[in-house]
Amino acid sequence: MSNSTAPPDRPLEPHSKALIIGASSGIGESLGRLLAEHGYLVALVARREESLNDIRDQINAKIEGFPHAFSYKHDVTHYEEVPELFQQIAADLGGLDLIVYMAASQPAMTEDEYNFSKDKEMIEVNTLGAMAWLGQAARRFSTAGAGHIVGVSSIAGERGRRLNPAYNSSKAALNTYLEALRNRLSQKGATVTTIKPGFVDTALLANASKTMWVISPEKAAEGIFRAIRRRKQVAYVPGRWRLVSLIITHIPSFIFRRLNI
Amino acid sequence: MGYFRRNPSQSGGEIPITEMIENKQQDQITVKPESRRRNRIELALPLERLEKVSSWGGASSSLSYVYRPSTVDKLGQVFDLARRSGHTVGLRGAGNSYGDATLNSENITLDFRRMNRILDWNPTSGRIRVEPGVTIAQLWQYVIEDGWWPPVVPGTAKPTLGGSAGMNIHGKNAWKSGTIGEHIIEFQLLLPGGQIVTCSPEQNPDLFYGAIGGFGMLGVFTSITLEMHRIYSGLLKVEALVSRNLGEMFEQFEQLLPESDYLVGWIDGYAAGKGLGRGQIHKANYLAPEADPYPSQSLRLENQHLPDTLFGFFPRSFIWRLMRPAMNDFGARFVNSVKYLSSRLGHGSIFLQPHVAFHFLLDYIPNWKGSYGSGGLIQYQCFIPAENAQETIRQVLLLCQKRGLRNYLSVLKRHRRDKFLISHGVDGYSLAMDFRITPHRRPKIVKLASELDQIVVTAGGRFYLAKDSTLNPDIVQSYLGSDTINSFWELKRRTDPDQILQTNLWRRLFY
Repeated sequence: MSNSTAPPDRPLEPHSKALIIGASSGIGESLGRLLAEHGYLVALVARREESLNDIRDQINAKIEGFPHAFSYKHDVTHYEEVPELFQQIAADLGGLDLIVYMAASQPAMTEDEYNFSKDKEMIEVNTLGAMAWLGQAARRFSTAGAGHIVGVSSIAGERGRRLNPAYNSSKAALNTYLEALRNRLSQKGATVTTIKPGFVDTALLANASKTMWVISPEKAAEGIFRAIRRRKQVAYVPGRWRLVSLIITHIPSFIFRRLNI
Repeated sequence: MGYFRRNPSQSGGEIPITEMIENKQQDQITVKPESRRRNRIELALPLERLEKVSSWGGASSSLSYVYRPSTVDKLGQVFDLARRSGHTVGLRGAGNSYGDATLNSENITLDFRRMNRILDWNPTSGRIRVEPGVTIAQLWQYVIEDGWWPPVVPGTAKPTLGGSAGMNIHGKNAWKSGTIGEHIIEFQLLLPGGQIVTCSPEQNPDLFYGAIGGFGMLGVFTSITLEMHRIYSGLLKVEALVSRNLGEMFEQFEQLLPESDYLVGWIDGYAAGKGLGRGQIHKANYLAPEADPYPSQSLRLENQHLPDTLFGFFPRSFIWRLMRPAMNDFGARFVNSVKYLSSRLGHGSIFLQPHVAFHFLLDYIPNWKGSYGSGGLIQYQCFIPAENAQETIRQVLLLCQKRGLRNYLSVLKRHRRDKFLISHGVDGYSLAMDFRITPHRRPKIVKLASELDQIVVTAGGRFYLAKDSTLNPDIVQSYLGSDTINSFWELKRRTDPDQILQTNLWRRLFY
């Protein structure tokens, strides 16, 4: 089955329109379902076409009336495809109000492993892909004087840790990039939200060293949706990670490098 | 010129539409409506072109890639780009349609305001040939000193002639002079494929009667020839009359019709009970030859202007800010009542007024829509056959009051039937009502509009696409009839088989 057409825009009955990059599993999948249930038209972007189309069809079968979900196969490291695909999605939905960059890569690493191809992949997926998509979105939203950019980062971006230097770097870069977008866009009427989830029970979790307070992807999606509705600037999911982050970011380096975290 | 597939053997580079159709592939003629709903983007358009484009009422907006060609060649290049990049093209004049008629979300918008040359003017015959971006203001200013006036003007001088022809606008003389299309002698239509077709009531009549009123779905007017109306003075004789209720208003209208050149009624939307439909009628007549002793004086451009201040005191540009606090039920009730009472005092007064001051009421207060606040406004206008008009309009006014959605400004006009395919003309009356939009009122107004639609359709009424924000496809189907819609689709398949020309309104109502 291919994408059907979105309902035409009606001036006094607009639909909210969302785009999720990295929507074929985990939090992205759950958020896609949640947004569609709340009446959003949702464009789902991911590399794995089959699971993506399944999710789309499940969403459209569950919600009565016109189709709410649309799927687009795309590898976020194919940056040159982004402008066309972005315009295709905006044209299919009839506009865009919300973009969520969710795609992330976290390959398995050991503490004494130095592997450039893994490092490069993380920077490409977690950081450069975000810049390719969110830069386009930022441009549009500043023109529109409205819109919401959500970048799903991680508490892993708060400090550089032993296990996966490039993953920490990719998320730290994303945090700073999102902060800069926020400073550019907030005067123009658009919102930028940085989401920092803790441990979520997804495929990425398999490669984390130690875990605590693990939540389900559905719970994480609910937390993100709440942050979107409240137009938060930075949101920890769940909220108690804010405290952890506060502590971690304030541990001096001479102690931090002696700790096994 | 390489872009245009023109036949060099023909003068003017025109191809008769019949020949053009024969050249089309059979499968292009049988394109299914659905097939072009979702366009496939092949090439990204530059983000610098992306602009926020709003409906005139400001209640909705969208992003669009805006191009502003100044010549027919550049216009053709935009269609070429649209075809290569996989985008649709929406046409926009001055953007004075109240709703989504000039919006084309996430696709190309052609803004015609730079194609605004007057190509030819004959002060003896009163014929003028203009480019589509020429505005009503440009037009009357150009012809008035020669003793002519546009035969049909709307309540504002800002619309372009391309937009006016596309929507087939009317004025306060609609029952007498019809729509603007009835004064168009000939036009040239650029089809999205690059062909230019000349249309008149004799030449390609089906396209002539389809493209006028065809809301920009069949082609682009590249030049329009119109006939102006002879006037013998720059002044109109205006008479103001009060009506104490709806019955009296209709009585006066019918009585005044034969002797008037212009007639418009204002209705106080807040008056209920015995006073329901109370308001004021303005009647205006041209002056006969010799009636104005100094026509050359009154026709001069500098004597045709709107006053700088209202009531001799308030600067016009400031007024909307003063109106802003009155734009709620309490304030609007007060303003409507004061206006009614002052019209009672002024009943029967006769005065001379420049054309401009009488016609362009909406331009009196610059940015008056700003007083409606950030949510903007929509207009609901319905056209009811004369035999049901009074009763239907009574029902409409009562329903608005019952739903607690009173309109701040309501206007009554008389119309007649016309020969155009997509037509709002009825032998009867129209009522136009302005509604303020806020997030709270929005769903209620949507519901009210759909209830009103039923009343109007039952009465055999019609609607006007330039004003619409709320119609549904089934209502359009029932007031236009499937024969008309099929004929329109047939024309669309002939002139624009790839459905390059689209707008939000087209997608909302015709799919």
